[in-house]
Amino acid sequence: MIRAHVLVCGGTGCTSSGSKAIQKSFKENIEAFGLSDEVKLVQTGCFGLCELGPVVIVYPDGTFYSRVTPDDVKEIVEEHLLKGRIVERLVYNDTGSKNEEKADENVSLNDTAFYKSQNRVVLRNCGVINPEVIDEYIAMDGYAALGKVLTEMTPEDVIKIVTDSGLRGRGGGGFPTGRKWALTAPNKAPQKYVVCNADEGDPGAFMDRSVLEGDPHSIIEAMAICGYAIGATQGYVYVRAEYPIAVQRLQKAIDQAHEYGLLGKNIFNSGFDFELEIRLGAGAFVCGEETALMTSIEGNRGEPRPRPPYPAVKGLYNSPTVENNVETFANIPQIILKGAEWFASMGTEKSKGTKVFALGGKIKHTGLVEIPMGTTLEKIIYEIGGGIPNGKKFKAAQTGGPSGGCIPASLIKTEVDYDNLISIGCMMGSGGLIVMDEDTCMVDMAKFFLEFTVDESCGKCTPCRVGTRRLLELLDKITKGKGTLEDLDKLENLCNYIKQNSLCGLGQTAPNPVLATLKFFKDEYIAHVVDKKCPAGVCKSLLSFSIDKDTCIGCGRCAKNCPVEAIVKTDYVAPGHKLPSYTIDTSKCIKCGACMAGCKFNAISKV
Amino acid sequence: MKSLAELQAIKERMRDKVVIREGVNETRIVIGMATCGIAAGARPVLNAFVEGVNENKLYDKVTVTQTGCIGLCQYEPIVEVYEPGKEKVTYVKMTAEKAKEVIEKHLKGGNVVKEYTIAYTKQ
Repeated sequence: MIRAHVLVCGGTGCTSSGSKAIQKSFKENIEAFGLSDEVKLVQTGCFGLCELGPVVIVYPDGTFYSRVTPDDVKEIVEEHLLKGRIVERLVYNDTGSKNEEKADENVSLNDTAFYKSQNRVVLRNCGVINPEVIDEYIAMDGYAALGKVLTEMTPEDVIKIVTDSGLRGRGGGGFPTGRKWALTAPNKAPQKYVVCNADEGDPGAFMDRSVLEGDPHSIIEAMAICGYAIGATQGYVYVRAEYPIAVQRLQKAIDQAHEYGLLGKNIFNSGFDFELEIRLGAGAFVCGEETALMTSIEGNRGEPRPRPPYPAVKGLYNSPTVENNVETFANIPQIILKGAEWFASMGTEKSKGTKVFALGGKIKHTGLVEIPMGTTLEKIIYEIGGGIPNGKKFKAAQTGGPSGGCIPASLIKTEVDYDNLISIGCMMGSGGLIVMDEDTCMVDMAKFFLEFTVDESCGKCTPCRVGTRRLLELLDKITKGKGTLEDLDKLENLCNYIKQNSLCGLGQTAPNPVLATLKFFKDEYIAHVVDKKCPAGVCKSLLSFSIDKDTCIGCGRCAKNCPVEAIVKTDYVAPGHKLPSYTIDTSKCIKCGACMAGCKFNAISKV
Repeated sequence: MKSLAELQAIKERMRDKVVIREGVNETRIVIGMATCGIAAGARPVLNAFVEGVNENKLYDKVTVTQTGCIGLCQYEPIVEVYEPGKEKVTYVKMTAEKAKEVIEKHLKGGNVVKEYTIAYTKQ
């Protein structure tokens, strides 16, 4: 009889930090200690705390082990599973309380600082069930929503409940999901389609990936529900081929659903048929735009087309189509089961429910979090995210990836929802949240995202193809210290021109990182242009290293470290020192920073 | 899948296999599983409790878990039952048979099996 479950994270984060080896080691050790009949090993999806991976949870106690190595496994099996003694040195139990006393060893996962303020709706099964076993999903009320919809509800009922819930598109646009469905349902056509947009392309974002890896059946169930509501019998999941684990688990889930008759003909004896197929994307960013995505599914080059006609009228294969993002779909079964009021009770007036964010950048708890809409940025960063490492100061948070803007430290109390972010010139985006500290140069950051959009622009329309390249050139000029004040005006004008004249969302939002940084960090742009200085010390052309001749003890370590022999001995011996100090020949210096990193006396600084 | 009943059947069948991951229930049965406990035969006791809880479908209310040495090694195997709002009950010198009785009388019936408790045994 099974008395304990060992859950090992099989998400992409933990897999790359070695969770496969840990699973293997658990299997071997559980067998070696003769516990195979009592302890079950389960591979799950992402727990969210990727920074502390690989993560292992032991139930029923709910003990959360972090940064487990294969060498620790024997100890966990012998001590915890055999003898009931928790291996304390591996336990994560940071409750975030200021109290320095030893935390209670029985801190439950839900009381830790990272999980306490979260509300997991979309991620409710991630890290709880084995995504490759359909029975586990069913045990957690899986497919009950589909059953309810097909046996008790009319398509109009379904659309009404989704509309009433206030759910808005989680891909970034925030269009009301119920309205999208209602616009598509009445359009008559021989074939309609449901499309799931899993072409997650923002650098640093992995929300959709984690849902597909951790709870793929929820997407299948939701797409079938959508199909019933709008009268579609065919669905496609467009997912990028760079997500091999997600693709493999989703395919497995589709096969299992077929086997159980939860996909296919006459589901629940209701007369409703639904088929689902995966379409692999090659990873072009523009294919996350809905019309480009559909063009790509049709087998053509992924380029957007003008709207209207909207997909609700003429979408995939010129037929009425609903396209929603992974996270949007993942909310649907819960809304059907728990009701529109339940969903609408979470969040703010115009943004209901929760939002998943992928926390990244200069933050302690890199990972995946799900919070109610309206949570302040401060709470996300300091409470859940654990704050900024190494005692640095928070400077700004970048949301929405290359299409988004940034929220400066002065607006840290902003309640995060669709409308608040737009009102401060930012956007929600799909959920990437990159935290930046004082060592980040905002001009350089804008340049980074522009490089991305220049690469990813499909080239169909001129404002985006040529405009973004010109923008990048201007930014490059500024970071090299060759910019003028006029360039800043040019930059802003060009941004607005691209926004207004591009064909699709990629071009229309590409200037956002520049506009947002210009708005909140104009002083940094001015420092680059007027003072020819990079305040954060990032832009190499505006940087020089210097040795303080009185602090330098003349050990010569920097000279040894210098790859281009730019550091030479001087004749000056500082008072109290025995050896002459060193100096940097700036004409030879390549600004690699090796000298500064190696100096034990803090004699070298960036100017 | 042709009916909701079929779906419900799978859910029922799987329930006891995943409920363990919803965390610790209010009522806990804790078995001392240190070296002393194991040597005295705590393992069959633990297994009897796990089986008993599952067979009687008590898994939504009762969690069976283990702990280290409680400190009364001569009384092992020791089992502690924690119930919300009630005083902890400590059973000593347990066996698999006694475990079944405790499940039947105490956890299902609500009556502590006095003759197996530490207070009774010490007298």
